[in-house]
Amino acid sequence: MSMIPGLERPAPVPNEQTKPFWDACNARRLVLQNCTACSRLHYPPTQKCSQCGAADTLEWKEVQGKGHIDVFFVIRDSRIRGFRSAQPINFAVITLDEDPGINFLSNLPGTAPGKVPVGAPVNLIFEPTNTGQLLPEWQVAT
Amino acid sequence: MATGTNWMRNREGMGLWEHRGKVAIVGWGQSHIDRRWDGVTLDRSCGGLTREACLKAVADAGLTLDDIDGLITSPDTRAEQTWAPRPYFEPPYDSEDGLIKASAPWIQKALGLKNVKYMESEAPYIGPMMGMAAQAVGDGLCKTALVWYPMVNLAGRYGHNNPQNNRETAPGPNAFTLPWGYQSGAMFNNLVVFLQYCKKYGKSHDGLAPLCLNLRRNGLRTPWSYYALHEPHQLTRDEYLNGRVIEEPLVVHDCDRPVNTCAAFIFTTAERARDLRQKPVYVLNHCQNGGRGRSSMATLDEHQQACASLARKMWEGSGLTARDVDIFNPYDGYLTFTQQFLEGFQWHGVKLGEAHDFYAGDIRVEGPHPFLSSGGNNGTGRTRACLFSDSLEQLRGTAGARQVTVRADTALAGCNTPDSCGFMMMSKHAN
Repeated sequence: MSMIPGLERPAPVPNEQTKPFWDACNARRLVLQNCTACSRLHYPPTQKCSQCGAADTLEWKEVQGKGHIDVFFVIRDSRIRGFRSAQPINFAVITLDEDPGINFLSNLPGTAPGKVPVGAPVNLIFEPTNTGQLLPEWQVAT
Repeated sequence: MATGTNWMRNREGMGLWEHRGKVAIVGWGQSHIDRRWDGVTLDRSCGGLTREACLKAVADAGLTLDDIDGLITSPDTRAEQTWAPRPYFEPPYDSEDGLIKASAPWIQKALGLKNVKYMESEAPYIGPMMGMAAQAVGDGLCKTALVWYPMVNLAGRYGHNNPQNNRETAPGPNAFTLPWGYQSGAMFNNLVVFLQYCKKYGKSHDGLAPLCLNLRRNGLRTPWSYYALHEPHQLTRDEYLNGRVIEEPLVVHDCDRPVNTCAAFIFTTAERARDLRQKPVYVLNHCQNGGRGRSSMATLDEHQQACASLARKMWEGSGLTARDVDIFNPYDGYLTFTQQFLEGFQWHGVKLGEAHDFYAGDIRVEGPHPFLSSGGNNGTGRTRACLFSDSLEQLRGTAGARQVTVRADTALAGCNTPDSCGFMMMSKHAN
């Protein structure tokens, strides 16, 4: 389960388009779609390149799990059942060092709610969900 | 043709709107407004309130029901739950239609409309829906359209009854949002963008306080509003800043209050509008934004670019410029994103990073910068239609205690959020 006490995340359900991403997570690897025509990364997965529009040039590429905290806020009154028993809980936006135009969501396991060092570097980890599916999370680099 | 999305004006370079000044809004009706439906009083159900709003709009225009040949509405009533499994009522309240929405066939039957030749029950939310209605009349799909937008609020905490928020799994696109607690683009993404804005321009959450207080002030000057009817209290700065925290720093007073109500409008041709009861308010253009950011969260840069593009589309299609806009009613469902519209359209010269300073100035309706003279959804309750009805009233000169003292010849209104919205330019003059 999550390192965050009380958190019961809804488990991601892969589909045909997203299965390679989630399978890679289960192997503790972060892969993103990369357009081989214009070298643009995509996340979340998409059907065609948002830059050149090509649909048959998207290939999965492993990226390094390094990023930085852009902004954050604290969830105190969630509508999502699995989060109500974990709040207050951080909600941060992480930019990927390899391409800051790509961002990820994070609850920053290991960082106390509200005590978030904006701008700090973070490393990729993986957290389990109730179906066993791993998902990408981020921890402040020590 | 007003079908699919072909009717949208969502690209730059489309030129002057082909129906500019040839379509007019000639009627408006606002139903009673409650916080929630009590589950008993059928006149105050979605169908009952829709019926009330539609009849008021037809009467306001000086038309008869036989004049209506087009029906346009949206299923986006925000009910977030069904009435079932509770027992239904006697007809016409014997299905979800009438209780959590009011479709075109439902209102056609409820009002006994005989001359309808165009019906659309699947229009988008009100921002683009108003553009769709103008386009439908301009394109000749109907001559006189009855257009309504109900908002439904049943018992229960808002969002907590939404099935997707109670599942143990997150399928489809939700797999990339719900597992981290992301629950709505309007709230979460726009709060992220707001924080990026504060970081970039050295602003903070308390910069929204003057806007919130003035919206409540305007809302209390709106006789039908939720606050005027049910909670006639002028919010104070301390109350705003110490409001219940939803997602820190967002407080409950930043969020428009879900209500149970309906508003209706009558669109017709400029020619038909000439001899009706009300002074026509002409439509000079409508335009839309759609799409999403590049990654998980759209960014400040992306929202600023989206609003700048929205403004260019509006100026191009209407032939007006920012200086020509007298009344400005952009969406304020969460106060965190309203500034994007203000700065994107550069209303009253407000440029990037200047919105909070503008809010701190004189934005009262009797002042020189009567921003959101409607009171918005924050000040009246979440009707969304108030943005358009206030625009109509200001141009007619019938806004009462909210009537602005500056010129009121043109009005710009729209919703929802910077990356997904529809706006409409209205004018007292067809040319």
